[in-house]
Amino acid sequence: MGPLPLDVPVPGASFSDLLEIVGASPVFSIPEGATAPSAPEGTTVLALRYPNGVVIAGDRRVTEGNLVAHRRIRKVFPADHYSAIAIAGTAGLAIDMVKLFQVELEHYEKIEGIRLSLEGKASFLARLVRNQLPLAFQGLVVVPLFAGYDERLEFGRVYSFDVVGGRYEEIDFGSTGSGSRLARSYLRTAYEDDLTGDDAARLAVQALVSASQEDTATGGPDLRRGIFPNVVRIDSDGVEELPDNVIAPIAESALETIR
Amino acid sequence: MTIPFYVAPEQLVRDKAEFARKGIARGRSIVGVDYSGGVLLLGENPSTALHKISEVYDRIAFAGVGKYNEFETLRKAGIRQADLMGYLYSRDDVTAMGLATAFAQTLGMIFTRDPKPFEVEVLIAEISEDGDEHRLFRISYDGTLYDERNFVAIGGKAEQLTEALEELWHEGMSLEEAFTAGVESFRRVEGRESEGWEAAVLDDSNGRRAFRRLDVDQFTEV
Repeated sequence: MGPLPLDVPVPGASFSDLLEIVGASPVFSIPEGATAPSAPEGTTVLALRYPNGVVIAGDRRVTEGNLVAHRRIRKVFPADHYSAIAIAGTAGLAIDMVKLFQVELEHYEKIEGIRLSLEGKASFLARLVRNQLPLAFQGLVVVPLFAGYDERLEFGRVYSFDVVGGRYEEIDFGSTGSGSRLARSYLRTAYEDDLTGDDAARLAVQALVSASQEDTATGGPDLRRGIFPNVVRIDSDGVEELPDNVIAPIAESALETIR
Repeated sequence: MTIPFYVAPEQLVRDKAEFARKGIARGRSIVGVDYSGGVLLLGENPSTALHKISEVYDRIAFAGVGKYNEFETLRKAGIRQADLMGYLYSRDDVTAMGLATAFAQTLGMIFTRDPKPFEVEVLIAEISEDGDEHRLFRISYDGTLYDERNFVAIGGKAEQLTEALEELWHEGMSLEEAFTAGVESFRRVEGRESEGWEAAVLDDSNGRRAFRRLDVDQFTEV
């Protein structure tokens, strides 16, 4: 390790700005008319609110064209103590975006001594998506989903995004990825205003199972291999990843009842 | 044309050192105390807004004494360095040893190169993955790096505090005992009650990010 970066003219507490200044952020120069190589793509993720918090979940499949590239990838990640991010789209780029986002939130918190507001985190994520815009034109699209517990307003919030970095707050649920419409139409009929955290987790898994029945890019629970959706719950106590032994019975009963 | 006065390098270094020491002596000291399961950082600090102790990385903490704006600059630079390393390589590649060396190099360079040295002393603490092994590094205003064991003190009263802690510290202390020992060392040295404490721990029970600020009132009541 060399001497500390003391003279770095970082304007604020942003880690990604720091990366840019030290020349460590990726630079894309794509020749005119080039076509993107096919890269594995992550598929369905969703988030839904309940009175005390929010649940965010995703299937485990990554596809490359009509092939299954990976069966047990993770698409839902805790971002900090009170928020989580889920990703759909080009997996390699998306996972890197998650890593940068996580470091950014922690970096800000350490430098400033206080966490960003939930709104602030969502805005920053929108900026990360917008930075990918040149790649989106090449077909390498990353669209995250963001959910968290607002410490100041004391309720859970869900933000969805579009490919140009548009940010939209959802009042009940949101989803993104290939099976997102199917998951949403399931939630549209099953969603209720007075859900508990457990209800919300169950609904999330059911919606993913439902999507996996129609969309081949969405991986359903794989009982033989022991692969289950990732579910993260966030409330006033913070972020909690639900373990497989909690998800497995929910997934099994969802598979049993579905037609 | 004016001819600049010749100042012998010995004189220059002595003057700078004296200047820095005086500046540091004006501020309040901080101690680091090992206990079973973690490291306690404790200092007198009447302000609840301006911190002298801070999280740097997963298992690494920083404390600074002396001129606030100067150790704050160092603290931020340390966090930037740590986060950069951890992002570009792996979180495991960020170590207190590496950071302490970087702080030492930086302070050493400023001391020799700049007309005015930094009036600060810095403490870097780390607990290992299993929480058993603790490291305490002290870096002085001229960049000298000390590797300390069991307890450490920085600031104008460092020497007296270390002497007091030598009597008060023993192996296998609990956090409460470490806190009491820390408070007692200040009481002995300062000979008065503190106007307020700032305290934080690196504790194995806190998960990946081991740093946690302590609610001091909870401890002082006991």
